[in-house]
Amino acid sequence: MTDATRAAESGGTPVALGMPQLPAPDFPAEVRERLAADAREIISRYPDSRSALLPMLHLVQAEEGWVSATGMRFCAEMLDLTPAEVTAVATFYTMYRRKPSGEHQVGVCTNTLCAVLGGDAIFAALREHLEVDNGGTSEDGKVTLEHIECNAACDYAPVVMVNWEFFDNQTIESAKKLVDDLRAGREVIPTRGAPLTDFRGAARILAGFPDERPDAVAASGAAGPATMAGLEIAREVGAGAPGSPAGDDSREERR
Amino acid sequence: MTPAITPAPRDGSGNGNGTGAGKEGGRGPAEGSRKLAEQILAPVLSDIWDHEAPWTLEAYRRAGGYRGLSVALDMAPDDVIALVKDAGLRGRGGAGFPTGMKWQFIPQGDDKPHYLVVNADESEPGTCKDIPLLFANPHSLIEGIVIACHAIRSEHAFIYLRGETVPVLRRLHHAVAEAYRAGYLGKDALGPGKNLELTVHAGAGAYICGEETALLDSLEGRRGQPRLRPPFPAVAGLYACPTVVNNVESLASVPPILARGKEWFRSMGSEKSPGFTLYSLSGHVARPGQYEGPLGITLRQLLDLTGGMRPGRTLKFWTPGGSSTPLLTAEHLDVPLDYEGVAEAGSMLGTKALQCFDDTTCVVRAVTRWTEFYAHESCGKCTPCREGTFWLVQLLRDIEAGKGSMADLDKLNDIADNINGKSFCALGDGAAAPIFSSLKYFREEYEQHVTGGGCPFDPARSTVWADSTADPAGRADGSAHLEVNA
Repeated sequence: MTDATRAAESGGTPVALGMPQLPAPDFPAEVRERLAADAREIISRYPDSRSALLPMLHLVQAEEGWVSATGMRFCAEMLDLTPAEVTAVATFYTMYRRKPSGEHQVGVCTNTLCAVLGGDAIFAALREHLEVDNGGTSEDGKVTLEHIECNAACDYAPVVMVNWEFFDNQTIESAKKLVDDLRAGREVIPTRGAPLTDFRGAARILAGFPDERPDAVAASGAAGPATMAGLEIAREVGAGAPGSPAGDDSREERR
Repeated sequence: MTPAITPAPRDGSGNGNGTGAGKEGGRGPAEGSRKLAEQILAPVLSDIWDHEAPWTLEAYRRAGGYRGLSVALDMAPDDVIALVKDAGLRGRGGAGFPTGMKWQFIPQGDDKPHYLVVNADESEPGTCKDIPLLFANPHSLIEGIVIACHAIRSEHAFIYLRGETVPVLRRLHHAVAEAYRAGYLGKDALGPGKNLELTVHAGAGAYICGEETALLDSLEGRRGQPRLRPPFPAVAGLYACPTVVNNVESLASVPPILARGKEWFRSMGSEKSPGFTLYSLSGHVARPGQYEGPLGITLRQLLDLTGGMRPGRTLKFWTPGGSSTPLLTAEHLDVPLDYEGVAEAGSMLGTKALQCFDDTTCVVRAVTRWTEFYAHESCGKCTPCREGTFWLVQLLRDIEAGKGSMADLDKLNDIADNINGKSFCALGDGAAAPIFSSLKYFREEYEQHVTGGGCPFDPARSTVWADSTADPAGRADGSAHLEVNA
């Protein structure tokens, strides 16, 4: 059901088409100046400036926590595009938030494999626990809950992402504790990824600005246990590719 | 009560059925599993993953990294292309197109910039190989990139990484900076006067951008919608210049070929599907994870080695390479997992994403959720896909909720037929695959949803925390899954 039909059914609230009020206000001068410097750095990475649009939308999202009309106006001006062109792109991609949202984003994978293995139950439990619907933000503004598509971690199902860091092998209990910790401001460590900052911090990395925290790159080690499963068995039995020390041994033995 | 569902066909051969726990599987190096492990495991890319800080340049070099590159830089570009072609490396992103041939299509002496674009938009449901590969060791990709750029005479490459994986982005940023400092990238990287720039680019959440022409549009700062072909990217790709788009695993597989030779590569796999690859095992299995081995191993071997399905359960259906590859069942356990073998069985090797579902899983629920995914991710450019996936979802939701009719099953087939092969890109074909294949193998189960007035399965029994061996007692919240995308 669209917002419009919902509004019509609930008794004649004016139909809103969701169009932004134009022209959008600009960023305050000092913010604009700072962002313009970042934007110029992004633009310099590409042979054609328009390629900078996706990272620049991440950049304005890092500034405001969502992609506002102001953010889109800024991108349009920097890239010599129209606001309509920028809006068309910003609304195509699901990672750009279209309204102000929580400090952290909790995404529960409910694509088939995670859903079947428990993702649906986790999502239902979190909806109840946070008293929000899909896309909703907890009352304290800390957590926005979403169900997300397959996040390339199926061997760790069910998977929950917070600010796009991996929380593998979740249960209803672990997921509830996770959001409780986020809401209480306790330190939260992903199974794979670096200690959390917030959604805006993640957006800045997505804009192409490396995480400057000294231990962030090394955090959580090389891989989780599922990633290592095959290698572990190979090591146990001394199996290797042909030509590797282990592989030669195993070929000898096979003969 | 037990769902009134015909159990998945059991295969009587081997150690029982090959779907339960193997007698020796996953219990240390007993003689049987040792032999099996030697046969089906061949860590090449994963070989460094248990080293100290394998994502660093230092660790990669210590393990012999960037040796393939120095071999390549001593060769003429065309010879590198010929070598990769002769090795028989085929694309690991799904389609299996020969990598060397893709490189060869790039016109030379055309005075246009050439681009290499890495497809790291891993989003196909079930697929989870490139993300752990890049997390553990991004340098294997970077080395592959530099070799490929030398071969196709490109001075600017891009890694298009899906945005939803910040930990991987962090390591890519770090590794690329290391490679610049070490001179593998930057000024004179490919020889005197031959520079190489590498830009890491994060996407923003769109499955369709895994389709190479949609990826190029997205990288140009547009909505990610596929382009009409021809012209192919090799002629008019990024910025209308000759462009190669390669998958992460394909490129990461190139340095070992340079370092160890094509004969070594061909000593694994089959004539038409040579080499090693990453198999991603997931679902109701005892030991999910990444398993690197020669092309052509079977799911039965892999399950036998790794302890099979979870205790007390049997395999019902599985995907060989993600949700866009037609479902297979327990009767396909011995299909060789290479490009030809899986095609012969009526599916596709795809991304080697082996998602295994046991007999507690409702196939209608599984297919409904995948179809909701395709409808959500359809870019809207072409009518068969945009409209077709929408209507498939409506029909499937009704069937799963017990509101469908027998005629709806034929309608599903009909709509899928109007999407398949008639859409602008492969997303439409992918959407049709689970519909066709599930109706082919499990039509009876669809019919039970219609005649029985709803889903006979209890979703609580499919969860990882359900005691799969216990006798099911009642249903917990059997309808929660109907509301997720409602």
